[in-house]
Amino acid sequence: MSAPHFLVHTKKDTVGVVVVEGVQAGMPLTGWVMDTDATISLAARDPIPLGHKIALREIKKGETIIKYGHDVGQASADVGEGRHVHVHNVKTRRW
Amino acid sequence: MDRVRFWGYRRENGRVGIRNHVVILPLDDLSNAACEAVANNIKGCLALPHPYGRLQFGEDLELHFRTLIGTGASPNVAAVVVIGIEPGWAGRVVEGIAKTGKPVEAFAIERNGDLRTIEKASRKAKEFIQSASERRREECDIRDLWISVKCGESDTTSGLASNPTVGNLIDKLDPLGVTSCFGETSEITGAEQVCASRGETPEVGKKFLAAWSAYNNVIEQFKTNDLSESQPTKGNIVGGLTTIEEKAFGNLEKIGKKTKYIEVLKPAETPVKGPGLYFMDTSSAAAECVTLQAAAGFAVHLFPTGQGNVIGNPIEPVIKLTANPRTAREMAEHIDLDVSGILRREMTFDEAGDRLIEITLRTCNGRLTAAEALGHREFVLTRLYRSA
Repeated sequence: MSAPHFLVHTKKDTVGVVVVEGVQAGMPLTGWVMDTDATISLAARDPIPLGHKIALREIKKGETIIKYGHDVGQASADVGEGRHVHVHNVKTRRW
Repeated sequence: MDRVRFWGYRRENGRVGIRNHVVILPLDDLSNAACEAVANNIKGCLALPHPYGRLQFGEDLELHFRTLIGTGASPNVAAVVVIGIEPGWAGRVVEGIAKTGKPVEAFAIERNGDLRTIEKASRKAKEFIQSASERRREECDIRDLWISVKCGESDTTSGLASNPTVGNLIDKLDPLGVTSCFGETSEITGAEQVCASRGETPEVGKKFLAAWSAYNNVIEQFKTNDLSESQPTKGNIVGGLTTIEEKAFGNLEKIGKKTKYIEVLKPAETPVKGPGLYFMDTSSAAAECVTLQAAAGFAVHLFPTGQGNVIGNPIEPVIKLTANPRTAREMAEHIDLDVSGILRREMTFDEAGDRLIEITLRTCNGRLTAAEALGHREFVLTRLYRSA
């Protein structure tokens, strides 16, 4: 495949990481799932900066965010597929 | 990979260094001016000013001594001049460094004043630097190399690519008998059970969890919020990291996929169990952590960064790598190895790990790191609590 727009650590993950600059709402994106070497497709529904996360599916408020195949926090708001996932809709379970 | 070799300085105690510094080491804040004057008089010497060393007590004082003695004892250091306000504690540092067999001498300011101290210490420093300048590198086996790792101003590209590149190197060099070290106790929060399972035995895993719990208790005691903007830092958040748990799993990628740690070290404690990976109980602040690792005797440091932490260390060269293409482009002068090709699928982890081994060996052989060329010499002592 050509250079992917986003990367996913494991197939269990509910978020991916945008690895290119300039992702805008409506852009069709190609992702690389690193543990299975699978290619997936998804449309961005927000502008998402390089290094920031994209929801791979709908995530309900209170749901666990899975990255690296592990719990990395909790959704503090409903998040739609393709939306930007960050401090505005995810909180730590620690501290 | 079979025979991996580099050119280093073999010291009196058998340890191998990759730099040949003559250090002018202040015991305390009051001795900084004299140390800097000596380093100004005698070219090629390295003064290490710092703000502490007065009225410390208990475990905090022990850590102060362990860090200063360890810094002087580092195999990257050929000889040391120690200056203190009074001779007692300065002598204690000299005694600790002298166990390595390297040249070291103390000078005290009380009853002499700065000027007489500077003159006497300068004459000794001149003798030391001329002698050090005749030391020659010899070919050494990779088993003689001690490598520390720590990441900084991480972002999501750190966990995706630059930290796993370091992990790839660790997985390749650990079986060859390298001694290595990771730390950042608070930054493993969220992944602490996974980290505990990476101990070689259940006992060493439990020892890690005890160190982690003690650190976490301090955070719980003093926190006023969820630490957002401190841990993760403001820079981490700009780079896309959202929670400490997310940062922790990215951090742990630095120890590879299979290497197990064999012991848990106190801050600045020198490992004595032989080759293998060690965990050190440290702050996650870059300069504090690297200063402690350097003081434990680690000779070269691997530092993956996402947003572009610019840290260096005066005695332990810090090699910087990034997978963030913007950082590689906009902060190129700080980056020794660009592995952003992993994100574009132009480079495999194996290739990135091999390139990191190559730049590490070249650095060991004498190549200056970006941080050395730019003059980054952050020497930051860890304090455990207030002075008396």
